[in-house]
Amino acid sequence: MSVLTSTPTPPPQVPGAAAAVTAGGESRVPGSLRVIGRAFRTLWSNGKARIGLIIIALMVLVAIFAPLIANHSPTATTFQPYQNPNGSNWFGTTGNGQDVFSQMVYGARVSLLVGLVSGAVATIVAVTIGLIAGYRPGPVDEGLSFLTNLVLVIPGLPLMIILAAYLQSHSVWTIILVVAFTSWATGARVIRSQATTLRTRDFITSAQFSGERLHRVVFREILPNMTSLVAASFFAAATAAVMAEASLEFLGLGDPNTVSWGTILYYAQQQNSVLTGQWLLVFAPGLAIALLATAFTLVNFGVDALSNPRLREK
Amino acid sequence: MRYILRKVALFVITLWAAITLNFALPRLMPGSPVDAALAKIASTGQAITNTQRHAIEVQLGVPHSNVFSQYGQYWKNIFTLNFGRSYSFPTETVTHTIGKALPWTIVLVGSTTIIAFIVGTLLGVYAGWRRGKAGDSAVTIGATFFGAFPPFWLGLLLLYLLAFRFGVFPLKGGYNEGATPSLTWPFVRDAIVHSILPAATLAITTLSGWVFGMRNNMINTLGEDYVTFAEANGLRSRTVALLYAARNALLPNVTAFGLSLGAVVGGSVLVEGVFSYPGLGNLLYIAVSNHDFPLMQALFLVITVSMLVAIFIVDLLYVRLDPRVRR
Repeated sequence: MSVLTSTPTPPPQVPGAAAAVTAGGESRVPGSLRVIGRAFRTLWSNGKARIGLIIIALMVLVAIFAPLIANHSPTATTFQPYQNPNGSNWFGTTGNGQDVFSQMVYGARVSLLVGLVSGAVATIVAVTIGLIAGYRPGPVDEGLSFLTNLVLVIPGLPLMIILAAYLQSHSVWTIILVVAFTSWATGARVIRSQATTLRTRDFITSAQFSGERLHRVVFREILPNMTSLVAASFFAAATAAVMAEASLEFLGLGDPNTVSWGTILYYAQQQNSVLTGQWLLVFAPGLAIALLATAFTLVNFGVDALSNPRLREK
Repeated sequence: MRYILRKVALFVITLWAAITLNFALPRLMPGSPVDAALAKIASTGQAITNTQRHAIEVQLGVPHSNVFSQYGQYWKNIFTLNFGRSYSFPTETVTHTIGKALPWTIVLVGSTTIIAFIVGTLLGVYAGWRRGKAGDSAVTIGATFFGAFPPFWLGLLLLYLLAFRFGVFPLKGGYNEGATPSLTWPFVRDAIVHSILPAATLAITTLSGWVFGMRNNMINTLGEDYVTFAEANGLRSRTVALLYAARNALLPNVTAFGLSLGAVVGGSVLVEGVFSYPGLGNLLYIAVSNHDFPLMQALFLVITVSMLVAIFIVDLLYVRLDPRVRR
């Protein structure tokens, strides 16, 4: 997924934009780029979204340049365990003698990866199911809507915990799949209702009469009209993913050998850091998770304003 | 009437699908939970008897027996509330373990949900009404930040500061160790003191959803023509906001409130785990750490069914609140 490496430009446009590039030939490229550029500028003009974009950009930089920023290896167990912050170990060391500051820096990679990839996968599922359900009334819509509502009403975190506990491989990719599988439903429902209203518009009818095929009508004609909804569901899913990853890893359902903010918290809890006075071991990773989740939510304020002019700042 | 019949039918089908999902999940997963469960028991040094293996296989699906007869047995067990025994609490049945924990969660999370709903909705009304002013910014930014806290992390911080550092509140549990649960004043007071930290954690982290929902509804409703008309009539701004806009803006939040009441039972897994609170969430925490599949499956069933029932009740109540669906 190119979403992975992309910086804070609204990544959910990637499915639609990619389709435009492949299907429309050379002349479409500047057009879709201009749309992204305009969306980005509107986001940037929103004060809250701007703060969110800056936080995300900083975290991406930390993740990319982690080897340059961290002053130790995050996995080396060569230090004296249970150290308080000092000149060499800025955030202290864990009970296994690892440097916490380096772990924090490298942990940004996992949280961003899980957030962005799960968000993207969940959005792709939401867009596909929502668009098809909205465009095909009757049995197809009934079936897909039932599936959406079923996933929507089953409590998310318990479902994730159960799934992750049954799946016995605990890699980062398992977590990504579990999170993506459980958090697409809200987006699918919103996109479906928007597609239902767009389906009967004139330009769609004209595309149908000119003999366009289903996927072309759905993804080329309908999808571009709901970019902001897609973006909103991406950032909502990414926020949920960051939180869910931390929760699952805190429960010990993640890979204990990965270095991530969630596993730092897991080991901190296992080693009773709160009760030994090593509060920084709990404070730092949680604050980082909260900051990342805040950043995604702040960007979504800007996206809301894109789609609903009433919410724009005056 | 058609609306109600449709809702009943939908409820029955969803309930069936959710219960069947709970049956299917362990059977669809790669690897055998039976072996994982047996390995877990073996690692505690217990000898594994054939009866034990058989009991676990019945609960989690016997690979060499007919899947339909297992499904029939599964339904029979649900109606007789027979979920077998867990590995974490081998001396009592799963039904008994869950029954003991359920009231704790319902009281703690239920009252917190109601408090968070009321406070959050009021803050949302205020922010929507004073939109763009300093009060609005303070509420929105505060709610965004607190809402982004992982709940278990806030729990750990409060535990460190207020329980460990300053010793204002007890460190863990739902009541003093050694006390027997009863409905006497000293015990109830003890239970309340123990519940303040978990309740504060849950309230602070769930507040933001209500604030944003209500703020957005308010802003949309304040743009409606009838609000403009009320303003043009010269009504005071506060009257318009509270009596005209807020009443209609409340409707979507009420639906969400129903959903969150349904989520009460499963909504506090990690927070209860952090505080070792004697509720369902802590049970799930224990079940997951012990690979206790029978307990996990039964808990997930209870959590899902209570959610579905709550949504069903809200759907029925909605008829009274919104005349538009009454046709």
